[in-house]
Amino acid sequence: MTIANYLVLAAILFTIGAVGVLVRRNAIVVFMCVELMLNSVNLTLVTFARSTGTLDGQLIAFFVMVVAAAEVVVGLAIIMSIYRTRRSASVDDVNLLKY
Amino acid sequence: METEAATGLLSASWLLIALPLAGAAVLLLGGRRTDRWGHLLGTGTVVAAFVVAVACTVQLAGRDERSVTVDLFTFIRTGNLDVQAGLLIDPLSAVFMLLITGVGALIHVYSIGYMAHDPGRRRFFAYLNLFVAAMLLLVLGNSYVALYVGWEGVGLASYLLIAFWYTRPAAATAAKKAFIMNRVGDVGLALAIFLMFAQLGTTSYAGVFGQVGLLAGGTVTAIGLLLLLGACGKSGQFPLQAWLPDAMEGPTPVSALIHAATMVTAGVYLIARSAPVYDETPTARTVVLAVGAVTLLIGAIVGCAYDDIKKVLAYSTVSQIGYMFLAVGLGPAGYAAGIAHLLTHGFFKAGLFLGAGSVMHAMDDQVDMRRFGGLAKRLPVTFVTFGLGYLALIGFPFLSGYWTKDAIIEAALDRGGWSGWVLGGVAVLGAGLTAFYMTRLMLMTFLGRPRWEPGVHPHESPPSMTAPMVLLAVGSVAAGFLLVQVFPLADWLEPVFGEPEEAAHVVAPAVVGVVVTAVMALGVLTAWLFVGRREVPATAPARVSPVVVAARRALYADTVNEALFMRPGMWLTRALVWLDNRGVDGVVNGTAAALGGSSSRLGRAQTGFVRSYALGMLGGAVLVAGALVAVTTA
Repeated sequence: MTIANYLVLAAILFTIGAVGVLVRRNAIVVFMCVELMLNSVNLTLVTFARSTGTLDGQLIAFFVMVVAAAEVVVGLAIIMSIYRTRRSASVDDVNLLKY
Repeated sequence: METEAATGLLSASWLLIALPLAGAAVLLLGGRRTDRWGHLLGTGTVVAAFVVAVACTVQLAGRDERSVTVDLFTFIRTGNLDVQAGLLIDPLSAVFMLLITGVGALIHVYSIGYMAHDPGRRRFFAYLNLFVAAMLLLVLGNSYVALYVGWEGVGLASYLLIAFWYTRPAAATAAKKAFIMNRVGDVGLALAIFLMFAQLGTTSYAGVFGQVGLLAGGTVTAIGLLLLLGACGKSGQFPLQAWLPDAMEGPTPVSALIHAATMVTAGVYLIARSAPVYDETPTARTVVLAVGAVTLLIGAIVGCAYDDIKKVLAYSTVSQIGYMFLAVGLGPAGYAAGIAHLLTHGFFKAGLFLGAGSVMHAMDDQVDMRRFGGLAKRLPVTFVTFGLGYLALIGFPFLSGYWTKDAIIEAALDRGGWSGWVLGGVAVLGAGLTAFYMTRLMLMTFLGRPRWEPGVHPHESPPSMTAPMVLLAVGSVAAGFLLVQVFPLADWLEPVFGEPEEAAHVVAPAVVGVVVTAVMALGVLTAWLFVGRREVPATAPARVSPVVVAARRALYADTVNEALFMRPGMWLTRALVWLDNRGVDGVVNGTAAALGGSSSRLGRAQTGFVRSYALGMLGGAVLVAGALVAVTTA
């Protein structure tokens, strides 16, 4: 397995995630797409760590996972709260901060 | 003119100004607490000032050198400008301080009765005191700057007193008119002072008069003309005469003190005081003569047509001050005559105004002479005192006006040449017109059948009002004889104006006296033919000759002022307002509108859609990544 395969997979995953964030309305799906993008980045990081034989990439990947976990907690709580008050999880309906 | 430092009582002459000023301060700052005794304090300070003035004059008369200065303090010292505040007491200022405090004290006493029922009596006395203080500063100051401070002070007091009944629109308007027209003159005076400082570096009388001979002729003429402009504004002389009759909206004691006896004669004082300047500039002196001659005719003609008793007296004042200007314009031959006429005029015109005030007091503030008539029996004291003032004014033989007005006419004739004949003729004609309008006033007010409005019950005024009238009437009778024959004013003023030269009489004085008296009798007779013989209509006749129409419109002075100054001024302000709205505001508002518009357009980019923001971030990230790649590979 060459590095290129890992990187291509990561690129495909990132693209799927980015497109999902841009085109989907459901906040949960958007959220999952963001996670997908984070994980594609993690994949890239560990790939390079392996190829160069250093631990830096793995270290950053751990940080990303920790931050992602925290972010999931807060993000899901916000989505829950919005859903409870507005009976909808569409990101297009959440525009009050515009004003 | 030699001066020396004051000693003895003369060094305390600053009390003259300080006393009334302190009175004004107490009354204005004390507020309602001083209501009960404010008028007594106000009168007391002026009476005290009169006592000081008499004492100072006696001391001055006892000295060899009749010109002393009192240095007070440094007023302004900056760069080359060094103005010392000081007083100059010489025969001329002594004459004025006696007139101001003497007549002022009488009028204060009169006002106690006249203003007894006015709720603003304390304020009235405060302003009167302020006026007396400013007027004394005007005549006692030893520099043009001190004179200017007093000059503006009397202007302020005049404004406040004309608008004393400020709830009346007419009074408020008249006060503004007086103030603005005075500003026109004051600009002239201020420019004259600037010119003196620029050219001579000093503004004190001693400094200016000592060096005026070194100046170029044009500069001296400019100074003379600018001083004349200031004098015209303050004294209601042509072309700035229109404010004075309107100023009669103020209470009558104000008309008597400020707009007849003292303030309006400040212009005469200014020109007489500036005699050394005018000695250097025959041109400016000729203009003074012309202004005096024109004004004395305008005042006399307009005085014939008005029915408002105070306005007739006001135009009479304008006319009489015209005589004084004529006199001081004649130069050394006329100074003493002009000042003498100023003094006697101060007596009889103040008396006449107080009499008019007494009549108004009796007639419920009616001023229309067509509504008077037959008041002689109801107001005997007023009638007699007013009658004596009237006789003095028209120049009845051996009363005050006869002596002083004849002296002016003689001096005008003695000028010689055609100008002497013209000026003398104008002065004699003015005397005839004076006799006409004053007789008309007497006939319409005191004689004939009553034409009173229903419900008016005339009654004589209280003693506090009649006593000053009696004293002024005595002055009207005797002052001229005393000042011309017994204690010649010309001798007293000699240290100021120099030795009066022996005039080469063109016409013998006796002939002048007879002619003037004949013209005066003619005026009286004409008035009797026109007014006394028949019943006076209660309303002014509408069908009259164009001359009367013009005179009733004050010879179109207001019309001319409006056409020449007011309308172009209004056009100018309108153009400026337009420029301000469209030009200045346009730029400012345009900038604000452009910024506001562009920001609201930019604000539309904030859609509120999370996904479009995400697209923006993606685009940005791609751009940054692309740039990074481009930079690293290049």
